[in-house]
Amino acid sequence: MSENQQKTMVQEVPLTDDMFERIGTEGLSGEDIGKQSLTYWADVWRRFRSNKMAILGLILLIAVICLLFIGPTLSGKDYQFIDASIKNTPPNSEYWFGTDDMGRDLFTRVCVGGRVSIYIGLCCTLVMFVIGSLLGALAGLKGGIVDDLIMRLCELIGNLPYLIIVVILSMVMGRSMFSLVFAMSLTAWVGTTRMVRGQILQIKEQDYVQAAKALGADTGRIIIKHLLPNTLGIIMVDVTMSVPGFIFSESFLSYIGLGIRPPETSWGALASAGQQQLMFYPYQLFFPCLLIVITILSFHLIGDGLSDALDPKLRQ
Amino acid sequence: MAEKEVLIEVKDLKKYFNVGKKAVLKAVDGVNFKIYKGETLGLVGESGCGKTTCGKTVMGLYEATGGQVIFDGVDIHSLHKKEKKEFTKRAQIIFQDPYSSLNPRMTVEDIIGEGIDIHGLYKGEERRQRIHQLLEMVGLNKEHALRFPHEFSGGQRQRIGIARALAIEPEFIVCDEPISALDVSIQAQVVNLLIKLQKELGLTYLFIAHDLSMVKHISDRVGVMYLGSMVEFADSDELYSKPLHPYTKALMSAIPIPDPKAEKEKKRIPIEGEIPSPINPKPGCRFAARCKYATEACKQTTPELTEVLPGHFVACHRVKEVNALGL
Amino acid sequence: MSEKILEVKDLNVSFHTYAGTSHAVRGIDFHLNQGETLAIVGESGCGKTVTSKAIMGLLPTPQTQIKKDGDSAILFHGENLLNYTEKQMTHIRGSKISMIFQDPMTSLNPTMKIGNQIMESILIHQKISKKEAEKQALEMLELVKIPNAAQRMKQYPFEFSGGMRQRAMIAVALACKPEILIADEPTTALDVTIQAQIMDLIGELQKELNMAVILVTHDLGVVASVADRIQVMYAGKIIERGTVDEIFYHPTHPYTRALLSSVPKIHTSNKETLYSLKGTPPDLINPPVGCSFAPRCEYGMKICRQKYPEITQFSDSQQCSCWLHHPKADVSGLPEEIFKRG
Repeated sequence: MSENQQKTMVQEVPLTDDMFERIGTEGLSGEDIGKQSLTYWADVWRRFRSNKMAILGLILLIAVICLLFIGPTLSGKDYQFIDASIKNTPPNSEYWFGTDDMGRDLFTRVCVGGRVSIYIGLCCTLVMFVIGSLLGALAGLKGGIVDDLIMRLCELIGNLPYLIIVVILSMVMGRSMFSLVFAMSLTAWVGTTRMVRGQILQIKEQDYVQAAKALGADTGRIIIKHLLPNTLGIIMVDVTMSVPGFIFSESFLSYIGLGIRPPETSWGALASAGQQQLMFYPYQLFFPCLLIVITILSFHLIGDGLSDALDPKLRQ
Repeated sequence: MAEKEVLIEVKDLKKYFNVGKKAVLKAVDGVNFKIYKGETLGLVGESGCGKTTCGKTVMGLYEATGGQVIFDGVDIHSLHKKEKKEFTKRAQIIFQDPYSSLNPRMTVEDIIGEGIDIHGLYKGEERRQRIHQLLEMVGLNKEHALRFPHEFSGGQRQRIGIARALAIEPEFIVCDEPISALDVSIQAQVVNLLIKLQKELGLTYLFIAHDLSMVKHISDRVGVMYLGSMVEFADSDELYSKPLHPYTKALMSAIPIPDPKAEKEKKRIPIEGEIPSPINPKPGCRFAARCKYATEACKQTTPELTEVLPGHFVACHRVKEVNALGL
Repeated sequence: MSEKILEVKDLNVSFHTYAGTSHAVRGIDFHLNQGETLAIVGESGCGKTVTSKAIMGLLPTPQTQIKKDGDSAILFHGENLLNYTEKQMTHIRGSKISMIFQDPMTSLNPTMKIGNQIMESILIHQKISKKEAEKQALEMLELVKIPNAAQRMKQYPFEFSGGMRQRAMIAVALACKPEILIADEPTTALDVTIQAQIMDLIGELQKELNMAVILVTHDLGVVASVADRIQVMYAGKIIERGTVDEIFYHPTHPYTRALLSSVPKIHTSNKETLYSLKGTPPDLINPPVGCSFAPRCEYGMKICRQKYPEITQFSDSQQCSCWLHHPKADVSGLPEEIFKRG
């Protein structure tokens, strides 16, 4: 050893001999990883929670839904009860949202109509989700001719003018809630199918799916353990973002007279009725529209929050 | 030397992919080799040479277009569903990318336990014990069992992948570029672990990599692939000290040596151009287009892999002239 | 000794991330001489790429913080690049200092013809006609040995193979004959035979244009053949530097030695246990007190975990930050080459 060649620099603090005792990697395994972190969904929830707008959306949505269900009990009125003596009463302490041109309590009607609107929105989304993810998963997983057939079907249906289908269907099947849900979801699953297929195609190529195959896993196990958990996030965003779309479509169809038939009602039907009275009784249009806007907004806020929470990389 | 027992025999293995009208990508085109019990067979080559496809076809992850993979006397591509599941218990694979090879939604315990669950080997407390034992075997500890993959570094993830493969006590493991994505100091950890496990458990490896010095380090015998075919095959020391195929020579001389003096003295055999596309390859020797020794004959007929020296196989028409050997 | 054209003083770079502030580069000093090749070696996350991007002024602005007060400076011909405005940097980038990246596919514009990309680089920095620029672009493509250069000018990046793309990127980078070329892992994505071709090409062009090259890599093999000097980075600090021979034959830092001995040698026997380090590099959000390598160092002493080691100078070119070279250190059982001098 040739210490003479080493020009160690001058020290400020005296270094004691015991400081130079060798300890090697003692007390350190070298395999330490950070403290227990959250599970994926807990982490998503944490990020979602920290998003104020998303939480606002969630609160709004819960408030609206509560209102729809307890509203009629609160007001104590029947939504079909006609009383010609009080028609077109402006909002007051008795009739919170006023009454319509047949003297029915508008508040109760908005609540009951809202149930129908949200119910239709959820039903359509459910149908869309089930058909879309099944066909998408099938196309992505099987590939080949199955994939080709499904994709061609998507193109075919995606290119049909949706309004014409609804008109034809409501003519053939009559105007009912069922035919409305059927008509709207008939065309809506195309987007979900494409999205799920794309996701599955991507995940299918991941090594962990191949590893599962190499371990002898059958297709069912691969779908349940690997493909579904990894597509669920994106599907959830798609679902939350679709509900308002359906509510909007339903309103629109009811508004132009293709939707719910009286005496049943929905937000769209109420808005349509209110529009005729717009010049003299604007509140009849205002309240159903307000509820539509709040509901759609809250779904969008939640959807945005979810997609941010699910993909933190996008936010950075 | 005692007669070695053949574990796997690959006969004229072919794997083609259809990539469009009349375009066929011949990823693996007629490869033959044997793997003996307890040895490590290295497979090297540049990207696109078909080494990974070859490994995955041997594992049965890809359907073979032609040829056979005989594992312990049975062609694995003729197996029925149930027998195939039995086969997966005996042969496993370790992947290249430590990030995409672990399902991000599963805990380490479930990742490692997947094989145990599929084959119903252990349940409940026994299963946990086994998983803890496996974690220890790869140098992690049981506190890691309930964590998720994203909490681990690349090297640690790779070891989780190894534990997953070991969980069902296979005899044979395909290591598909297990160290390419890792840092230098971590590569050594993983390679040491693989060698240790082989000694302890008597494993047989098919080790696929493009890092020639690492392949040499871990393998008993090495095969060099070029555009879907095997060009040279020999004991690893022999191959590295006496490469015979023009491509192997060029490849060996291109390996950068971490030693400045040796690097200055080294004479590199230059190789022109780049690997041609494996889509609709021309007949004849695949290397002919870039080979300075190529003749008309090389462009017409495909050379067979023949034993030039004992245990040393070369697929080259002009191997004698090129090496001026008195063969 | 030749002239210093680049001098980096007390460079500190930190990133604001989701989990906290990550101190990617923690006070490094180095210089680059005219015409030489300096290799910055280290594992992923050690700060080598961040250092090179800091020189180029290519770090993303809102998230990154570079220390500018005190002695901190990046001096290019005596001018502090840290004080340059974005507009001033545009004049430096591509014309005086150029950079090539690991992945040629993402650093070439896929919608632009190769020829136009080289011409663009020329036209930004030189006041010449388009025709003249086209001529120069063609010369560049010939210089990087792309066959059928005239035809290739009119092709798009996807029509090029990996090696050809890397050549094209070098042509873009060198179009204005820069004084410094920063090559960030230029061959990592390439196969060995192509890697050899590209390294040869960089070497030839360096001589021809009398450039200085900063080679950022983790591959010690590549470094051995082309570098003049090497500096080894670990956890955002330079822990050792020296000439190629000094580093390869007399590494003085245990980490350098570990890096060198964890690579298998072609001539050593098979299946021997490779030297391997335990554990992984530290988290730079909370870098350890003292020497950042201490938790993985088998010769670690108590002091290593308390105080960052001072620099020990071994020769004009070689220096190292390690407590083992302190006179009081316990050196028993240490590998000899750490102390043996040439």
